[in-house]
Amino acid sequence: MATLDSKIPEGQLAEKWSNFIAHQNLVNPANKRKIEVIVVGTGLAGAAAAASLGEMGFKVKNFCIQDSPRRAHSIAAQGGINAAKNYPNDGDSIYRLFYDTIKGGDYRSREANVYRLAQVSNNIIDQCVAQGVPFAREYGGLLTNRSFGGALVSRTFYARGQTGQQLLLGAYGALSKEIHRGHVKMYNRREMLDLVVVDGRARGIITRNTITGEIERHSAHAVILATGGYGNVFFLSTNAMNSNGSAAWQAYKKGAAFANPCFVQIHPTCIPVHGDFQSKLTLMSESLRNDGRIWVPKKKEDAQKIQRGELKPTDIPEEDRDYYLERRYPAFGNLVPRDVASRAAKERCDAGYGVGNTGLAVYLDFKEAIGRLGRDVIEARYGNLFQMYEKIVDENPYETPMMIYPAIHYTMGGLWVDYELQTTIPGLFAAGEANFSDHGANRLGASALMQGLADGYFVIPYTVQNYLADQITVPFIKTDLPEFDEAEKGAKNKLNKLLSIKGSKTVDHFHKALGHIMWDNVGMARNKEGLEKAIKEIRSLREEFWKDVDVPGGLTGVNVELEKATRVADFLELGELMAIDALHREESSGGHFREEYQTPEGEALRNDKDFMYVAAWEYQGDDKEPLLNKEPLHYEEIEVKTRNYKDAKS
Amino acid sequence: MGNKRFQSSLTKKFVMAFMGLFLITFLFVHLGINFLVLLPDTTAFNVAAHFMGTNPVIKVFEVILFGGFIIHIIYGLILQIQNWMARPNRYKIEGWSHTSPFSKFMIHTAAIIFIFLAIHLADFYFKAKLGHIGEVNIDGENIHDMAALVLAKFKIFGFVIGYIVAFVILGFHLHHGFQSAFQSLGLNNRTYTPFIKSLSTIISIVLALGFIVIPIAIYFGNF
Amino acid sequence: MNLTLKIWRQENPEAKGRFEKYEISEISPDSSFLEMMDLLNEQLIKEGKDPVAYDHDCREGICGMCSLYINGRPHGPDSAVTTCQLHMRKFKDGETVTIEPWRAKPFPVLKDLIVDRSALDEIIQVGGYISVNTGGVPDANDIPIAKEKADLAMDAAACIGCGACVAACKNASAMLFVSAKVSQFALLPQGKTEAKDRVKAMVAKMDELGFGNCTNTYACEAECPKEIKVTNIARMNRQFFGAKVSG
Repeated sequence: MATLDSKIPEGQLAEKWSNFIAHQNLVNPANKRKIEVIVVGTGLAGAAAAASLGEMGFKVKNFCIQDSPRRAHSIAAQGGINAAKNYPNDGDSIYRLFYDTIKGGDYRSREANVYRLAQVSNNIIDQCVAQGVPFAREYGGLLTNRSFGGALVSRTFYARGQTGQQLLLGAYGALSKEIHRGHVKMYNRREMLDLVVVDGRARGIITRNTITGEIERHSAHAVILATGGYGNVFFLSTNAMNSNGSAAWQAYKKGAAFANPCFVQIHPTCIPVHGDFQSKLTLMSESLRNDGRIWVPKKKEDAQKIQRGELKPTDIPEEDRDYYLERRYPAFGNLVPRDVASRAAKERCDAGYGVGNTGLAVYLDFKEAIGRLGRDVIEARYGNLFQMYEKIVDENPYETPMMIYPAIHYTMGGLWVDYELQTTIPGLFAAGEANFSDHGANRLGASALMQGLADGYFVIPYTVQNYLADQITVPFIKTDLPEFDEAEKGAKNKLNKLLSIKGSKTVDHFHKALGHIMWDNVGMARNKEGLEKAIKEIRSLREEFWKDVDVPGGLTGVNVELEKATRVADFLELGELMAIDALHREESSGGHFREEYQTPEGEALRNDKDFMYVAAWEYQGDDKEPLLNKEPLHYEEIEVKTRNYKDAKS
Repeated sequence: MGNKRFQSSLTKKFVMAFMGLFLITFLFVHLGINFLVLLPDTTAFNVAAHFMGTNPVIKVFEVILFGGFIIHIIYGLILQIQNWMARPNRYKIEGWSHTSPFSKFMIHTAAIIFIFLAIHLADFYFKAKLGHIGEVNIDGENIHDMAALVLAKFKIFGFVIGYIVAFVILGFHLHHGFQSAFQSLGLNNRTYTPFIKSLSTIISIVLALGFIVIPIAIYFGNF
Repeated sequence: MNLTLKIWRQENPEAKGRFEKYEISEISPDSSFLEMMDLLNEQLIKEGKDPVAYDHDCREGICGMCSLYINGRPHGPDSAVTTCQLHMRKFKDGETVTIEPWRAKPFPVLKDLIVDRSALDEIIQVGGYISVNTGGVPDANDIPIAKEKADLAMDAAACIGCGACVAACKNASAMLFVSAKVSQFALLPQGKTEAKDRVKAMVAKMDELGFGNCTNTYACEAECPKEIKVTNIARMNRQFFGAKVSG
């Protein structure tokens, strides 16, 4: 059984991080050249970590699946990045950002990590501005902020509707600088197939070049996984097509504990599903909820007429509209956290008040905001989002309300890491969405970018060094070690097996089937019966997959179906673990809503007595139940309460 | 890789643009003199032509002008060859983007203008230099009767047509060339660029029409 | 909708390549172009044929990975979108759609419609950034930046590096891409320190890689999915000549 030592430093909450830095081990500049570090992923966390470690003088090898490190899925984040700068003078502070994040995460995140996140949030903004990130500014030339869900202050910095893109380009610039200086070697179009563990330490990875098909070995003194989340287990999600959970899953199977897999975020403002052929869902930034008002018809017959196309939203008079978020949560209104907004939409749609031809959509209406601020202001704020909506849906959101529906967006769960972001495998670190550390059971808007960059720029460079301090005498790791042979052989066997099945169904068929099981049973609302059913169905689907999947082509050259097949094979296992975790967590918290545990008003009902812990699952073998390890959560600086977004007392 | 260029693409473009603008100023001078041929008394035209052919200051400018032409042509060719090399495999369907049609055919219009220029120089410039032209006596000096040569040429139908076509093509070339030169020189500005673009249209029309009007007037007129 | 597709197929960078014709039916006008391609591939797999390889990732029009030169235009017949955001309602039933890879000497075809665009990364690597290391930077609000400048910098920074400008340009020139990055930093006080070296290094790299020269045709601007303006090219020209003159 793994021992979960969270390694939280001594001292007051506010002093823990500075205590760590003061006492950590360092590597002298001459020795850094003799140490190699592998970073998998080039999103905010990966690119920032690779660049920062390169700047320090480590020899870094950086890997990405795309054709360029600039394309990692961090680019898709639209709305913004939080920081406790308190520039608007509206009462923000490090403590308040910390508090909002813990509360937003429904008291299921580690206090010390979250406090550190809030502390370094301000450094991130400074760093990005120095890199030339064109954040939005006031006429006086200073930075401006907007508000986001789950907060009573405006602390979100943004770069039009492209905040993720611009922050990533900043990190990509820093990475490019280090590639140019020769400190980072970049490997594009590589898929990580396995992790190599030598004498209990992470020492390398096996990759496949997706163009040549070549299987490669790469070694290093430490490995950092910044490979993002596993939202694509649902098939339809707002994740990029190539986003996958396989790197983290290989780490899990090599001994890294996987924490809180069932904590998945459903984003309330996505463009609704429109057909079976659909390949992915498109997110509309949460920032839209600043000015847009969410409603459905008050009368069921109006909703039905809209579904049949007999009525238009603009035909519904004001008094027949139900602004249900404003009604249920007067203090936060349309800006309640994502899980609350998503569930409220589902509740209305399930009750028959949904709109659109499927009845699975609600309106996000800008009429009032356009009337109040003028079309120009709305266009300046959300122009590119409105344009994107119009391109996809073929409706003009300036004239008719947008339709939105919740969709899978982010995974709070991930590899279990300690305070130093190290997994239970020594020398294996996880950063960004790939780890579980900061968001508990629900992530607040504009906090993913913050966490990715915090991990990459300001945490990993310190903590990895702490680990590497006693590795300076270890020579470069050879790739002809038996552990590499074995890992490569395992990876090749898996690929060959997939190619040899030659069944009758495509990979996508299985992925879609898995997605349906997950969405119906392990989605926005879960219950015991559904979860048990899901586990059974996933198991039989997995069996069928290994008997009947058709993966054409061979090992060499481009083989997209083979790439997809390896990912879906892993999703078929990961999905089961998510269901197992959801089944075991007999409470509702954040994104995990168990129908059996709710208040009479339909709000989430936590069980702090029995479940105030991180569930870290440990792999025991292919056909064995995973082992549950618990890391109890202690809150010293915060009073644990029921989340309340109804009134302003928080 | 490794083909470090002798001059950067931007420098070559700068030279192209600068020379192009310089050549446009010459066209205006040339057009001004051409109009003199339409005067009832051809003396003014002949005197001007004589001045242009013999004045020492103008002789210096002549060298600069030829240099300008040659540099504009050579740089244009180098840039074009590099441009062709930058896409060794062509598209099956191409050029459907919404852009100025004239800009896509600069090398083609340039080739036609070059041919015209060669014929033009052979017909007038070199003839004058080599003295194959009749003379007139003005104020006691014998000078070439360029006017008679011009008037005779522009009575030939085929010659007039060729001349008109050449200047229509030159108009196309200038329509893109003039405003494009400003962009290449880095002079693109929200306030002035619309004006420069209009000016480009006006200049190309004025120059082309100006040159074209003369042969038409001579062909149909009583000269 | 029913369509005839003419698609460029090429085994590897050395292979010759050819157009293949495919018929595809029952396409929803609401589906995206890449969803249509997915269906085609599903059909090809069922027929035991090699699926068409093409690049794509986010399918939200922001990562810049999708490409495709569709009926003579990069990213197809719609304006201000990437291929992944192009919807089939922009095509007519029964239409023949010709799909080619981006074509430029610095963008070799790797397979079918996939090209290697790492040349764009190489240009960035020689200077498309502000050389600050992590940590030790001034407070974000220490240097005010006029909103107008910041907005212009944002306009330029919106480039997603897809390479449509190169694909559209009759000369396969990368001027719009390079100028967008040069402009972003030229407009910001933080970028001024290295501005001269940046523009010289990036232009030299662009030339070295074999991109064509700009003839101010502006097909790049017409096809840019993020509507980057050619005024950035003029700004880069100014920056470049300024840097040359002042040494």
